[in-house]
Amino acid sequence: MFHFQKENCRPDGRELSEFRTTTLNIGSISTANGSALVKLGNTTIICGIKAELANPTVEAPGKGYIVPNVDLPPLCSSRFRPGPPGEQAQAASQFIADVIESSELIKAEDLCIERGKLCWVLYCDIMCLDYDGNILDACIIALLAALKNTQLPEVTINKETCAPEVNSEKRRGLTIHKHPVGASFCVFDDSILIVDPTAEEESLSTAQLTVVTDEADRLCSLHKPGGTPLSGEKLQECISRATTRQREIQKLIDKVICSVKTEK
Amino acid sequence: MEVCESSKVSLREFGCEQNLLSRPDGSASFVQGDTSVMAGVYGPAEVKVSKEIYDRATLEVLIQPKVGLPTVRERSQEQCIRETCEASLLLSLHPRSSLTLVLQVLHDDGSLLSCFLNAACMALMDAGLPMSCLFCGVTCAINTDGQIITDPTAAQEKESRALMTFAIDCAKRRVLMSSTKGSFSVHELQQCIAVSQKASEKIFQFYRDSVRRRYSKNL
Repeated sequence: MFHFQKENCRPDGRELSEFRTTTLNIGSISTANGSALVKLGNTTIICGIKAELANPTVEAPGKGYIVPNVDLPPLCSSRFRPGPPGEQAQAASQFIADVIESSELIKAEDLCIERGKLCWVLYCDIMCLDYDGNILDACIIALLAALKNTQLPEVTINKETCAPEVNSEKRRGLTIHKHPVGASFCVFDDSILIVDPTAEEESLSTAQLTVVTDEADRLCSLHKPGGTPLSGEKLQECISRATTRQREIQKLIDKVICSVKTEK
Repeated sequence: MEVCESSKVSLREFGCEQNLLSRPDGSASFVQGDTSVMAGVYGPAEVKVSKEIYDRATLEVLIQPKVGLPTVRERSQEQCIRETCEASLLLSLHPRSSLTLVLQVLHDDGSLLSCFLNAACMALMDAGLPMSCLFCGVTCAINTDGQIITDPTAAQEKESRALMTFAIDCAKRRVLMSSTKGSFSVHELQQCIAVSQKASEKIFQFYRDSVRRRYSKNL
């Protein structure tokens, strides 16, 4: 690894500030309300959105809710064992939930159908199929693309029976208010910074960092779970790289959604 | 118990007591205003074969909430605290052994993660584990007027539009850990880091005073 760093390049031939090729496919699961498959080099993440009708909570009668869940099955890497989700999966789920809440990409009020009576619950199941590092970035892209792909049927409440009636013919998309995109970095010995680490680079690094920004250049999350400290200039470098990454990914998502629409 | 008064950067009253439990190898309770956390460290002890790392000690962090079982939120906080402690502890001096840090919430009135970090650092210090530097936790909230509040209470946290917690090392005052909620601009982030660094000096001074007082009593 040190040999590579001296030459300013990485084992897979990338430069230090280069992302792996990102490919995106949306609507891959036909039975889900919305879905997306993201490949970041070898890392593969699939996200399915399932919408269910539920009663709003008593504390927030005018709000629906979003339940994200990140699954790291034994299939994706030998480091994960079957059974209940491990610490990394739980931390990733919490991170995604925090990003949804912080960025306000969907307003919980939009998911309400009838105040105090009926609302949508969006179950966002994110699953890793191939673990080769940087799952947080891939998860956010998959989630964002899947939510943009989501179509909800129209629901009306029958006045006489008070039962909800679902009109599957009439469907509409969700309103996405913000487009948060993450950029992850690995730090080696407080000095060398690399972007989009692979699983090997992650395990060798001394610290990891994820910056999430939206289209207005506001930061939604600066997640550094620990490791070696980072100076202010380096942090600034990470943030500016994250903002350019946000532009690239938003363009990619728009392009893919556009191409799907024209196919129909 | 000691108290720390504040002038420029306002922090709530701090209190700390070390070595208050008899079974753990190191223990501390840390109080920030009404937020209170108890920490216990066990180790270096024997490690389970499945968790053994050949060149360093395995650190495990457990957070016990006041009621109920630990949830996903606690898991993610555990990860943050574990990686911060791993960065400051010299784990390679105890290969193939285990360290366990247990954090018990006694009362949560905001800035809980920073209180966890402070309690963890004091307990590690009490256990006499070799560390490369100390660290402390600072929570900043940005309220709707754009003002930065350090060490907010639960009510202030609820009203804030962004909340950030940093772990800062004592050697160069650099950011070891960062965990944020809500959206904010780059400028606000830098301001918060600067404020936290200033606040960290006070906390480290408090650490020093509290340890000094403890040892002056014992001698």
